[in-house]
Amino acid sequence: MKFLRWLAGMIFLLGLIFIIFGYLRVNLQTKLMLYLLICFMLSLVRVFRGPTPADRSVATDIFGILVIGFCAILAVYTGKDWYMDIAIAWGLQSFIGVLALAKFLEGRNFDD
Amino acid sequence: MTDLLSLIFIVVGITFDLFGSIGLIRMPDIYNRLQASTKCVTLGTCGILFGVFLKFGFTAAGVKALVCIIFLLLTAPVAAHALARGAHRSGVRPCKGSACDKYAEDDTSAATKPLKG
Amino acid sequence: MRYLRSRVVTFCISYALWLTLSFSVDWQHLLIGLLVSLFAAFLMGDMFAEQAHKWFSPRRYLWFMIYVFVFTWECFKANLDVARRVLNPHLPINPGIVKVKTILKTESGLTFLANFITLTPGTLSVDVNREEGVLYIHWIDVKTQDVEEASRIIVSKFERILKEVLE
Repeated sequence: MKFLRWLAGMIFLLGLIFIIFGYLRVNLQTKLMLYLLICFMLSLVRVFRGPTPADRSVATDIFGILVIGFCAILAVYTGKDWYMDIAIAWGLQSFIGVLALAKFLEGRNFDD
Repeated sequence: MTDLLSLIFIVVGITFDLFGSIGLIRMPDIYNRLQASTKCVTLGTCGILFGVFLKFGFTAAGVKALVCIIFLLLTAPVAAHALARGAHRSGVRPCKGSACDKYAEDDTSAATKPLKG
Repeated sequence: MRYLRSRVVTFCISYALWLTLSFSVDWQHLLIGLLVSLFAAFLMGDMFAEQAHKWFSPRRYLWFMIYVFVFTWECFKANLDVARRVLNPHLPINPGIVKVKTILKTESGLTFLANFITLTPGTLSVDVNREEGVLYIHWIDVKTQDVEEASRIIVSKFERILKEVLE
């Protein structure tokens, strides 16, 4: 049963990757962005399914780090410099937000 | 040549990101999830940013990518550490097959009533 | 003026960071960066660089290069390890939270040690007890539950480098 679930997941992911890189007629950077969007999808699945609030916080943290990579690929794709500024600012905001979430989980006040 | 090298770095980085996300789905409890996803996603995103640096060279965007790598390596472990500590304090215990939990034995301020999961 | 050396170190670092981020030699950028980093250095005092004399010894930077090299190699190994565990259909893990002792005492030393532990193969730092010098570590593949043995396996090889760099 466990093995069957593993097999189904692997076939699903490999199928998605095959569709993106072999079947779609778009340019290379769009393919890379779609490939990264699979990671976003998996972390969102954890946000929906997580049994405790802590699991959802972890998935949010990972989502924030993935957005930095997405902005970097957008900077290459469009040739605009300021996407890197967005990446750095997003990283800072996400880091501080995750620290606040961790404090909230710990059940302490925000001011110590 | 440089374009090809940067493309290789970006593709390898995204692949490590994918491994981290699969770990987020497959692992049984929160500490294992944090381990798998933090390691893989941090190094994968660093790979993407290094590919961007190779693509742009020493221009404004390239140097910003390098600064972003240093920033990410400093902050991602701190966030993981804070989340693990907060989860343990809020009463999430390691999953059933765990070998030992020395922290629950020593920590007196932990929540008395553990949550489900 | 008190903490002059610490303030000089803080000013240099923040001005360098400003120059890297703005990446232009326009006089307006230079002037604004100068004012803001002077103000930041004045506000921070000795909060950022606690023992300022450490920033002026060149031997530390050599050890820091070794640290970066070892760190990169361990990080790469950790990723291959996680990939191997995640893609295996049987999920070969044996997790647990163990306790290790460390000889590092300063705050920066413990911070860098915790970062190092989180990004090396199979370990994640959960909590630090600074008074007793004890770290609680989540280990994905528990080999031993003994404190001394676990300390020898996990932290001893990084401790020496960090002691040279930071203390």
